[in-house]
Amino acid sequence: MTSTALRSRARKLLEMVTTPLLPSDYLDLVSPLRAGADLRGRIEAVHPETNDAATVVIRPGRGWRGHTAGQYVRIGVDVDGVRLWRAYSITSPANRQDGRVTITVKAIPDGKVSNHLVRRAKPGTLIQLDQPTGDFVLPQAKPAKVLYLTAGSGITPVMGMLRDTEFDDVVMVHCAPRPQDVIFRNELHDLVADKKLRLTEVHTDTDGMLDIARLGELVPDWAERETWACGPAGLLDAAEEHWTEHGVQERLYTERFRPSTVVTGDGGEVTFSATGKTVDADGATPLLDIGEEAGVLMPSGCRMGICFGCVTPLKAGAVRDLRTGEITEAEPGVLIQTCVSAAAGPCDIER
Amino acid sequence: MTAIDPTAHLTAEQIEELGRELDAIRDEVIAGRGEKDAAYIRKVISVQRKLELVSRGVLLFSIFPPAWLLGTAGLSVAKIMDNMEIGHNVLHGQWDWMRDPKIHSTTWEWDHVSPSEQWKHSHNELHHTYTNVIGKDNDLGYGIMRVDEDQKWHPFHLGQPLWNFINACFFEYGIAAYDLELGKNLHKRRRKNPEFRARAKAVGRKIRKQVLKDYVIHPLLSGPSFLTTLAATFTANLVRNIWSHSVIMCGHFPEGVQVFERRSIKGETRGQWYLRQMMGSANISGSKAMHFMTGNLSHQIEHHLFPDLPSNRYAEVAVKVRALFEKYELEYVTGPLPKQVFSAWHKVFRLSLPNKKPKVKTPDREQELVAA
Repeated sequence: MTSTALRSRARKLLEMVTTPLLPSDYLDLVSPLRAGADLRGRIEAVHPETNDAATVVIRPGRGWRGHTAGQYVRIGVDVDGVRLWRAYSITSPANRQDGRVTITVKAIPDGKVSNHLVRRAKPGTLIQLDQPTGDFVLPQAKPAKVLYLTAGSGITPVMGMLRDTEFDDVVMVHCAPRPQDVIFRNELHDLVADKKLRLTEVHTDTDGMLDIARLGELVPDWAERETWACGPAGLLDAAEEHWTEHGVQERLYTERFRPSTVVTGDGGEVTFSATGKTVDADGATPLLDIGEEAGVLMPSGCRMGICFGCVTPLKAGAVRDLRTGEITEAEPGVLIQTCVSAAAGPCDIER
Repeated sequence: MTAIDPTAHLTAEQIEELGRELDAIRDEVIAGRGEKDAAYIRKVISVQRKLELVSRGVLLFSIFPPAWLLGTAGLSVAKIMDNMEIGHNVLHGQWDWMRDPKIHSTTWEWDHVSPSEQWKHSHNELHHTYTNVIGKDNDLGYGIMRVDEDQKWHPFHLGQPLWNFINACFFEYGIAAYDLELGKNLHKRRRKNPEFRARAKAVGRKIRKQVLKDYVIHPLLSGPSFLTTLAATFTANLVRNIWSHSVIMCGHFPEGVQVFERRSIKGETRGQWYLRQMMGSANISGSKAMHFMTGNLSHQIEHHLFPDLPSNRYAEVAVKVRALFEKYELEYVTGPLPKQVFSAWHKVFRLSLPNKKPKVKTPDREQELVAA
């Protein structure tokens, strides 16, 4: 008998001992970060960065596969007893010696998870993790010249890159309301002092918003640089337009934290037939949020319409894609992305 | 059933007001659910698992009488915790709001021969919706007993004290059969129904797993203690069965609890539904430990009013609910466990014999509402 067959036999036998639970249910009590467990992490420290941002140091479980600089990780945090999932960019370099990873979180107004992590998270707390993901990463071949264009918390994936890989010629343009709002300011200035980075800070409270059309005044050779941009939708939309206008769009890589919602319509009564719950939904709230709010176990992923981790059969009724306004009607086999779909009249979601 | 309707003094308007007051109690708890509640259920689950592990560990040496006693007692308590404070309440969706897939009504499985999926249907949907409605709520005597004067007598009921005793000893099997609606489905024509067969298969699988674990694998692991461990797991299951049967009998069978006619729930309003739950349930009084071991079903009235509120909150809810009973001059049926168990058994004996059909006048609230 091969060792895998033997192991599967042993596991089956163990399951017969622990039924109706699984052996892992007992192991989780003593060793939640072990290899083979659902991927979790333990918060080891929380360091304040600015008034409303903090870096969370996480010790990931043994199953953690490691990340590439620029990627993000989804974490599930229990806030007031309710498990909420959010995605955050990883700010630690991929080769960190102690195996810990850090995320840096900016508390946004009314943000349940971000405020919890920045202000209330305690070392020792267990959180749920997903494997890191995202294609906002550096290429295999080192580019000769690099531009990082960031605003606000958009600096976080770029900080992961800066800490990970050194380039000969790196320019960064970063926007924040005031100097004290610049996350990682001391570290950035150290890099400047070491001549590893040229940095332009745009303080939007005094300087006004960055006008992309005048980027050339700050970085004359911007069009020759491989550029990684991350920030609010307005900045990224403008950048994409500008790069396309100059025919260099292949040099621009962008990362968005949120989908841009364009259309909303009327909502309706939403039934989650597998769970047996019915709730009223407006036409602007994603069905994922509606379901979670009602206590339905909804699969979720990036929460912005990219990863398809949340797809669920639509049994009846119609839903509206919040990004395009497109209506999808129920037919056998129709799957919808609940994170970017809202009710368009009464509908039935198979959860 | 008493010949006088104990709610006759309430107007339709008062009943709706009562409903609104109960809704307010519910909303307050829901708004306050949080970290402490989550920590509570996680702690209970963790303690239960550790207790079960340790008890089964001790039972590996059950050939020594002190080990047998200790292990059997521990395993009995662990099984009771699993079924009552954890399983029953998780399967009610009381903890779904935490969005933890490991503690959720759609993923939970319990140490019981009835698969959670089937139990949820017969218990959550049928019993909790049609509480104490004759002909609709099969929990009223589980289809083998008469527990109300209004239920029709049959010579079969002469044996009901014995049926009840057997049901108590093998309660989990009684529930599995009940969830399968065996009485109805064993008729020749229904037996072949594919849906019934699939459900029966699921129960068969669950029974096999439970029996293998408790009566084969665990005794085998005990080696020389094989027989004593077998006796221990059998005893633990027996203790759990009799305990849960007793607690559950106290929920709806003691004297003073009302039952309802089918037609009385036609067009029932939210307020009337609440009132039926209030009059159709009975509590058990006692210490904190007592409430815990009953899975807080000692707060049966509160549980029936708010089946999906976290069980650790029923005690505080009970204070407010009881005040409403007083305000609306209704009888809050409660008593210590021995008294309530005796009362329920007394009824089982009494109603094994036929009685004169009582004359009951249920007020027709539908008309009253229209008038109001």
